[in-house]
Amino acid sequence: MILEIENMSLAYGNIEAVRGVSIKIVDGGIVALVGANGAGKSSTLNAISGLLPISAGTIRIDGQSTKELKPHQITRRGIVQVPEGRRIFGRLSVEENLLMGAFSRNDHQAIAEDRDRMFELFPRLKERRRQVAGTLSGGEQQMVATARGLMARPRVLLMDEPSMGLAPLVVEQVFDTIQAINAAGTTVLLVEQNALMALEIADHAYVMEHGEIVLEGPGPELAGDERVISIYLG
Amino acid sequence: MSDTSLTTLPPGASARKRINGIDVFMWALRCAVAAIAIFGAVATLLQGRYSLAQWFDFAMFGLTLGSVYALIALGYTMVYGVLRMINFAHGDITMTGAFAGYFVASGVSRNGLLATHPVLAIVAIFAVAMATCIAVALATERFAYRPFRNSPGQAPLICAIGVSFVLEQTVRGMFGSGVKSYPLTTWHDAVINVAGLRVPVVNLFVMGCAISAMVILYLIVHRTRMGMAMRAVSEDKAAAALMGVDVDRVVVFAFALGGAMAGVASVCYALIYQQVHFFMGFAPGIKAFGAAVLGGIGSIPGAMIGGMFLGLIEAVGPALFLDGLGITAPYQLRDAIGFLVLLMVLIFRPQGLFGEAMAKKRA
Ligand SMILES: Nc1ncnc2c1ncn2[C@@H]1O[C@H](COP(=O)(O)OP(=O)(O)OP(=O)(O)O)[C@@H](O)[C@H]1O
Ligand SMILES: [Mg+2]
Repeated sequence: MILEIENMSLAYGNIEAVRGVSIKIVDGGIVALVGANGAGKSSTLNAISGLLPISAGTIRIDGQSTKELKPHQITRRGIVQVPEGRRIFGRLSVEENLLMGAFSRNDHQAIAEDRDRMFELFPRLKERRRQVAGTLSGGEQQMVATARGLMARPRVLLMDEPSMGLAPLVVEQVFDTIQAINAAGTTVLLVEQNALMALEIADHAYVMEHGEIVLEGPGPELAGDERVISIYLG
Repeated sequence: MSDTSLTTLPPGASARKRINGIDVFMWALRCAVAAIAIFGAVATLLQGRYSLAQWFDFAMFGLTLGSVYALIALGYTMVYGVLRMINFAHGDITMTGAFAGYFVASGVSRNGLLATHPVLAIVAIFAVAMATCIAVALATERFAYRPFRNSPGQAPLICAIGVSFVLEQTVRGMFGSGVKSYPLTTWHDAVINVAGLRVPVVNLFVMGCAISAMVILYLIVHRTRMGMAMRAVSEDKAAAALMGVDVDRVVVFAFALGGAMAGVASVCYALIYQQVHFFMGFAPGIKAFGAAVLGGIGSIPGAMIGGMFLGLIEAVGPALFLDGLGITAPYQLRDAIGFLVLLMVLIFRPQGLFGEAMAKKRA
């Protein structure tokens, strides 16, 4: 098992945001984590990435606890997050953003190859490689964020709401990309508010509510679950 | 700040349109300063007390001093970029380099190396001053700032002020409070003729060093991996960490680069004024901080241009703005002009010339 979260809790001051969450991620699939606003999805990802301290439980990468690890060390172990809101480096060029994604690597030759591969995957970015990333459109920025994450050659890509704020057509593209990335061998943990779409493509899924996992099962199965439908479609 | 909380506005009314007393006062202040500057400048130029060569001298001195401010300002701006913190001890870090450089300079001057191998001697002075500034900057970061980085309130700022005193008083205790005069190089007072204008060699030398240092810094920041990581960290620390950047290392890198620039600046500053003193870091430190704010703190080109601009205003300003107003000894007011410019910037354009609006900052 690459990534295992066991009984994890975390709090902002006195406010408990995540309580006793357990998530298992085995090699190869797409795992979805869905839930309403404020359910604690981003907090969970940030805890995995080492940006937030946890108050209870354990997070293990390849069976080893990440308690002592700093965020950059977690990235170097292949657990890479594409954060919510994209968070690209707006003043860096598109190409520099991609190179930042590969910051944890030292194989210059392979980095250049991967960059060219990203430009094949996202031809729009190739045209704009010298442009300052902050001037790109939302969809293009999401491409930068995704490509930047992939440049790390992640074993597990944690994606936090990659479809946020994008037009429906672009959302389709993003989901296609995620499936393509997964087909190429990267395990994906996908956090989405677009719950039904995420569940459709997920091998396994977790539903989070008020900081807790309330449902779990194969993605398409949950997509048809009336409890999920009642929560997300009203 | 306009005070909207005291008056209750009807729902839907726009608070933007209201003009209150403070706005009027600010506009009056702005106009008054502009009027004094314009009136003074026109009067000075009409009187024609200064020749073109004199104006050239003023400008040359201003650019020389400005390039030193720019070097120091870079240290403020880079540390602010990565930590969002003002390293108030930076002026005194610069002072430690000036002292280290002074000891090497008096050594090589006494043993004759300065006369026989001037290039080697000067390289040694710069190297030791830079190494000292880097070491002091890194020690300050490690022991005074890092432990307080996540503490709430103004702890890091107060720490920085404490470090400033510690450095000043340590140097004072070790080397005394007297002014030490810098050994003069043979070329120090040399002057060369450029198209009929007299240019002191020391000015050219200082500007040459400062500009080379800035070019090297620019290349490091824009062409190296660590430089790129530094720019990324100053935009978004957490995102950079997610890319595998060790933020602590980047912070160390920023302090080291700032220290190196301070080292170059310290020798240049000592060459201009030909002396060192335990309190010498204070004034250029404050002014360079002002220059960084002027250019937009966090912006590297901003610090460079802000420094040049402040140096120029300081050197040309007294004669240009004050002489015509009949003020005697306008040079006494040099610092006042520098700080006035700063105040005006803080009041009317707090984000500086190149700074971005704070609203762009992410949570
Ligand atoms: N920095 C913070 N300080 C205090 N509380 C926070 C902070 N960040 C998040 N929270 C709280 O923690 C809870 C979980 O937030 P989180 O961002 O993890 O939710 P989310 O599931 O990602 O929501 P969304 O779908 O809106 O992104 C929320 O109640 C939120 O208000
Ligand atoms: Mg979220």
